[in-house]
Amino acid sequence: MAILDVLTLPDPRLRQASQPVTRFDEELRAFIDDLDETRRVGPAAVGIAAPQVGRFQRIAIVDVSAKKGIASHGFLVLVNPEITHWEGFEIGREGCLSVPDFTGNVIRATRIRLGARDPLGEPVELEMEGFEARAVQHEIDHLDGLLFVDRVVSRRTDLFRRKVYQTGRGPV
Amino acid sequence: MLTLVGEDRPGIVAKVTDALYKAGCTLGEASMIRLGGNFTIMMMVSGGVCPRDLEEVLSPVAAALGLRVHLDSVDGGLHRHLTPNVQVRVVGADRAGIVAKVTGALAAVGFNILELESDVAGDRRQPVYIMNIQGYSNATIEALEQAVAGLGADGIAVDVAPVETLIG
Repeated sequence: MAILDVLTLPDPRLRQASQPVTRFDEELRAFIDDLDETRRVGPAAVGIAAPQVGRFQRIAIVDVSAKKGIASHGFLVLVNPEITHWEGFEIGREGCLSVPDFTGNVIRATRIRLGARDPLGEPVELEMEGFEARAVQHEIDHLDGLLFVDRVVSRRTDLFRRKVYQTGRGPV
Repeated sequence: MLTLVGEDRPGIVAKVTDALYKAGCTLGEASMIRLGGNFTIMMMVSGGVCPRDLEEVLSPVAAALGLRVHLDSVDGGLHRHLTPNVQVRVVGADRAGIVAKVTGALAAVGFNILELESDVAGDRRQPVYIMNIQGYSNATIEALEQAVAGLGADGIAVDVAPVETLIG
């Protein structure tokens, strides 16, 4: 295994959209191991995406299980992930391995459903909410060349709390 | 630390920062907000001319825009961020003393306020004071809730929640 170099802003490669994975082979799985090792040496990152280490393929890792008291699916490798359903929204604070020394408030969907492939190419369907759903949305943004700084909202946006996301129902 | 206050109008930031740029100054962190219809900004300025000359640099643009200028030499620097771990939301019928009571209760348990925003919602007959605080505390959420629990009797709703900063 190896620790890979993480691209940081203003590197323009972070803005590049990544391509779907087509070969589910040993090379892919070895890369995923390296990608996760890179995530673990960072400052407590709960996720990482392949383009952050300069590989422009649709691969992301999320693992929020180290956070106490929240529901999660544990260690997740998401290859070619597609969010199929969004519900609710809430504001949370985010930072990024690719944006050192900056955190900001970002609006994300509270609950999502997604489809993806696992490292063997088998399809997986997942439903998740809260912090884990936020992490997945953050990582999938990387696959589309987006960073959380593209979505940061004013601190004032949070002053008037919307009731709608507490019900978790209906259009927002 | 440069502080500017005046009547708000479009273009103030552009004109002020252009004058600073032309004087060879570099900007660091800055925070501008409109308060009660007034333009307010605080920004870290370094390099270029010395503080005394900075007043001269700014005086034409300040005079043209009707801005009051305040300069402080401070020991400031970039990359000194503290990440908040607690959010406190306050809502209550507007009356004097809400901020003092809430922040006093938080200060008593060592809570460090990093960001504070407040506004008055509702209408003139029934104004509602809304405040959002983000800060850092070593105390547990339960201990902070305990610290502000007494404020409910004053008609002030205080919601304490953890801020889990996601690094991804």
